[in-house]
Amino acid sequence: MPALEELEAAWRQHSASEAYWDEVYHLLETYVGRPSRLYHARRLSDAVGAEVYLKREDLNHTGAHKINNCIGQAILARRMGKTRLIAETGAGQHGVATATVAALFELPCEVYMGAQDVERQALNVERMRLLGATVRPVHGGTATLKDAMNEALRDWVTNVDSTFYLIGSVAGPHPYPWMVRELQAVIGHEARQQFREQVGGLPDALIACVGGGSNAAGLFAPFVEDLSVRFYGVEAAGQGIATGRHAATLGAGRVGVLHGSKSYVLTHDSEAQLGQIAHAHSISAGLDYPGVGPEHSHWKEQGRAQYLSRTDDQALAAIELLARTEGILCALETAHAIAALPEVAAAVRQGERRGRVIVNLSGRGDKDMVTIARRRAEARQGEAELTTAPATDERSRS
Amino acid sequence: MIANRESAPSARSGGRVADAFAAARAEGRAALVTYLTYGDPSLAGSMDVLEAVIAAGSDVIELGVPFSDPSADGPSIQAAMARALDAGAGLSQALSAVAELRRRGHTIPVVLFGYYNPIFVMGAEAFAARAAASGVDAVLTVDLPLEELGELAAPLAQHHIAVIPLVAPTSTAARIARVAPLAAPFVYYISMTGVTGAAAKAAVSPQRIDEIRAATAAPVAVGFGIRTPAQAAAMAQLADGVVVGSALVDEIADGDPAGAPARVAKLVSLLRAAVRR
Repeated sequence: MPALEELEAAWRQHSASEAYWDEVYHLLETYVGRPSRLYHARRLSDAVGAEVYLKREDLNHTGAHKINNCIGQAILARRMGKTRLIAETGAGQHGVATATVAALFELPCEVYMGAQDVERQALNVERMRLLGATVRPVHGGTATLKDAMNEALRDWVTNVDSTFYLIGSVAGPHPYPWMVRELQAVIGHEARQQFREQVGGLPDALIACVGGGSNAAGLFAPFVEDLSVRFYGVEAAGQGIATGRHAATLGAGRVGVLHGSKSYVLTHDSEAQLGQIAHAHSISAGLDYPGVGPEHSHWKEQGRAQYLSRTDDQALAAIELLARTEGILCALETAHAIAALPEVAAAVRQGERRGRVIVNLSGRGDKDMVTIARRRAEARQGEAELTTAPATDERSRS
Repeated sequence: MIANRESAPSARSGGRVADAFAAARAEGRAALVTYLTYGDPSLAGSMDVLEAVIAAGSDVIELGVPFSDPSADGPSIQAAMARALDAGAGLSQALSAVAELRRRGHTIPVVLFGYYNPIFVMGAEAFAARAAASGVDAVLTVDLPLEELGELAAPLAQHHIAVIPLVAPTSTAARIARVAPLAAPFVYYISMTGVTGAAAKAAVSPQRIDEIRAATAAPVAVGFGIRTPAQAAAMAQLADGVVVGSALVDEIADGDPAGAPARVAKLVSLLRAAVRR
């Protein structure tokens, strides 16, 4: 596609220039608040049996790692002379980050979002509107992230002269997976240096949640040559892999072609529905995607990274664990990585010595409070129904 | 069908598709390529529509394979694909439908139009064999770029099935030149940047068509945004073929499904009369 050739040429040109990176890093420092902290979470460490270091991407401006990529792409858009930004978003974090840089750079912005996600992420929708962006609900297909991406692609091919499509993950057609990884690699570069300075040496493992896979790719990429450092990506098992209602693309999918890249995909292989994209499901809108970045597929097939999965319920329990031990409310997406900690801790433990693990705390959980509150209320109601009779008896006695 | 063997493109390996373009040319008109989504409005209803369109004078059928994520299509074809998927249509069923058309004796050239994932999941080799056995003449994939087209074009070529390349207003001369080695029976020129079915916004220049024809040595069919007989007539003055899709799909959607074949056939007759030079 000519538009992709134009983008690739521009990315090659600007990403080879010091002036481009000076501009990116200046904004990351003064506007986003980088470097983000690497925090030794001692109480969580005791709870899971590993020395856990949290890479605090949740403390970035806008509350997630997404802004790192948006700053870099928006600067590129401006240098290419593009006058309009569009984006797709699932949880709304990338949409908010895009709307933020659009406001900063004085560019009109339209964000495509699945109608189902518009409903479950109402707070982020209002944030985008407040920032001056237009949010366009997408009703087609499953009305989630993949459909938002379809609609953004349609907009891009229609308005390609004026418009820069700011993709939020390491997915989509070349050069996006490469460009987004390079822009998110600031996470891993910082973490590597911070770990050497604060702890010494290298960590035993890195953990990050994987939807499209940008926060994981950003953390992992600078450690690729450090073969002693194990990579764990954690996908959404939704209601359980066996139910078919999940988003574990690497764990339960197969190689296919979606949105311009060849990678693992959740796709039907029965004769009746051959090659149709399957519905993904996760409690976290940001992981609710039936594809994954092609580099993760490569790392999986190489054996460089392992991909685990955690269910909706396990993610909710992990939110509570992190909140109660460290006083940190993480995003539902991130909670999948936290939920994998005990398994990774056991894998990297050497006798009495606890392994040392960096978790990418990719985003904060304020946006998810409505979902979390509803699920906690349902759980309380379930408990109350189970224990109604004895509980009443005890109360009446006291 | 009497092909004009004098004109360069028809002598190529394009088989029935090239012959249809050559025959139209010999009649002093552009070829009419009609797009329909297989399975819309229903599996049986779709066969009725196809036969009505053939009877009404379409030169080439472009048969859309329903896909869950049609990111190059506008609202009309998105809705058609959703209806077709609900009806149980997909790649396998579309291939069977082409075989059924052949069994009923229809020799009209069929271009299978679709997205790559279903073909990839079936396997390019297996797909090529089944497509050949079903009587498919050519394949057009919207999301397999020129750089990757070889993995599909090679197995198709072994079964004498052509690929139809897409050329856009934004395509550079260098890129268009890379289409030539495919020896396609025609090149599909997208009349504007955008998705299928959008309202036409820019005129296609005769120079641009000539450039593509010269660079690819293939006839050029123009599609996207051509809805009315008047638009088709105008385009037929410039191009070797005219593709109409969303307007036909809208005829299926607008009204009683039982009346769909008659409604679509009426528009096809008007379009066929319009593509005279």
